[in-house]
Amino acid sequence: MTLDLSLLPDGGVPWLAASGDHADVVLSSRIRFARNVAGYAFTARARDGERLRLLAQVRDALPQVPSLGGAAVLRMDEMTLTERQLLHERHLVSKELAGLDGANEVKSAAAVLVSHEAGVMVNEEDHLRLQSFRSGFDLEGAFRAATRLDRDLGAILPYAFHPEFGFLTSCPTNTGTGMRASVLIHLPGLVLTQEISKVLQGLQQMGLTYRGLYGEGSEVIGNFFQISNQTTLGRSEDELVEHLARVVQRVVEQETQARRVLLRDAGYIIEDKLWRAYGTLRHARSLPADEAMNLLSGVRLAVGLQLIAGLSVYTLNKLLIFSQSAHLAHAAGRTLTESEANLARAKYVRRVLADETGPAGEVA
Amino acid sequence: MLCQQCKELDAVLNLTHLVGEAVQQVHLCEKCAAERGLPTTIAMPKPTAIGDFLSSVQNQVSAMPGDAARCAYCGTSLRDFRASGRLGCAQCYGAFEQSLRDLLRRVQGNVKHMGRQYDAPTGEAMTQDAALGHLRQQLHDAVSREEFETAASLRDQIRTLE
Ligand SMILES: [Zn+2]
Ligand SMILES: [Zn+2]
Repeated sequence: MTLDLSLLPDGGVPWLAASGDHADVVLSSRIRFARNVAGYAFTARARDGERLRLLAQVRDALPQVPSLGGAAVLRMDEMTLTERQLLHERHLVSKELAGLDGANEVKSAAAVLVSHEAGVMVNEEDHLRLQSFRSGFDLEGAFRAATRLDRDLGAILPYAFHPEFGFLTSCPTNTGTGMRASVLIHLPGLVLTQEISKVLQGLQQMGLTYRGLYGEGSEVIGNFFQISNQTTLGRSEDELVEHLARVVQRVVEQETQARRVLLRDAGYIIEDKLWRAYGTLRHARSLPADEAMNLLSGVRLAVGLQLIAGLSVYTLNKLLIFSQSAHLAHAAGRTLTESEANLARAKYVRRVLADETGPAGEVA
Repeated sequence: MLCQQCKELDAVLNLTHLVGEAVQQVHLCEKCAAERGLPTTIAMPKPTAIGDFLSSVQNQVSAMPGDAARCAYCGTSLRDFRASGRLGCAQCYGAFEQSLRDLLRRVQGNVKHMGRQYDAPTGEAMTQDAALGHLRQQLHDAVSREEFETAASLRDQIRTLE
């Protein structure tokens, strides 16, 4: 099966639009519910036939679930490695579902459903992982969409539920609400002013946790952090979402304050540094992934500080996701070596920036 | 890129630092970053990180007798759970209820679900597959409660639907 990206509503990444609140600092807001369907063993214990049956059951339910209207159904077990990586780079599938976590191959009947509103991973660690993304700082919007999907689907498929423990999940760290609320947030000001350790420690004391751009165990790179609730039991969904939103609001204020301090105390150094990052992105002929991410972080800060004009946050979001290795390989139509990918990345970044801000004096 | 401190391991942390007047790029491996107290996933392990969670499972479960206790539905034993940190099916929650209650208290700080209550769909609303799944679940519940008459009638209903 070849992955036809045009089948994905909005490419599966409408949150790139940078339309929500504080979109230059908070890239996206996400709500995820872990659910299992009664009558089957959890995914890891289920037989191939059971996983297939479950997927069929979800597909049968589709016409009755409005928020999955027009959903693309993508079978992970019928895709190439590059295609699965690409979906992971778009945050549409987890490492586990895509068979990228090293330990496990792609499971039979592992699939993802993607609609405008929401998505569902099928046969992940739990039978169902429902998720909804919103652009910018909009946890409420994501929560409403994910809850609608959860209620619609749960009215057709019987979820495994226990009156005391709540929604039953394969790993007890998800039991209860089964909900993970998170924001993807860019905190270069706090990193540069070395306030970040304090802020991250504070998060943990408030029952929140953080990780890198690509989830559990991923590195913190380019000053992008995912902040989410740590526990899923003992508080209602509303409380968990409100608590996270309150804390994130404060982190956004701290970030804004840190940026003000930077400009005040080190204005020309910062300005020079950020313009150099922009210059490198506009002219480099080879860009390793990590370097690109750090440079994009710098330019994003520059746009936030209104040092660079004519460059939209949408374009920066797009560059962040679409300049990753599997996207470049998919565009090239073949797998790329690391140095080929670095060349392709530099070319892609130059072209997108030139499209937006005009040519940069290159010989045509 | 190599870590600039030990020059042995790959740098995983690339930060821009403000040191006095100068802005410096810092490239560190996880170990050196942790030593300097910089934020990496290693430097500040999360209580829910799978390693910590597993050790929490292991400590707790190894203190329990009845290591070989199994879930009657999926066959997962406490030993399996201890090894993987994953339960095998929804019925495992009943089979290992006491151990789980202790574990949840430790890793989640709570055992009582305070979120939305849920009633599984019944009858008309369900697709046939869903209805079957629901009946199978009820059957297993009935068997585990040794309600054999109920079980027999559920088995008949399942046969009719299949
Ligand atoms: Zn080192
Ligand atoms: Zn079980």
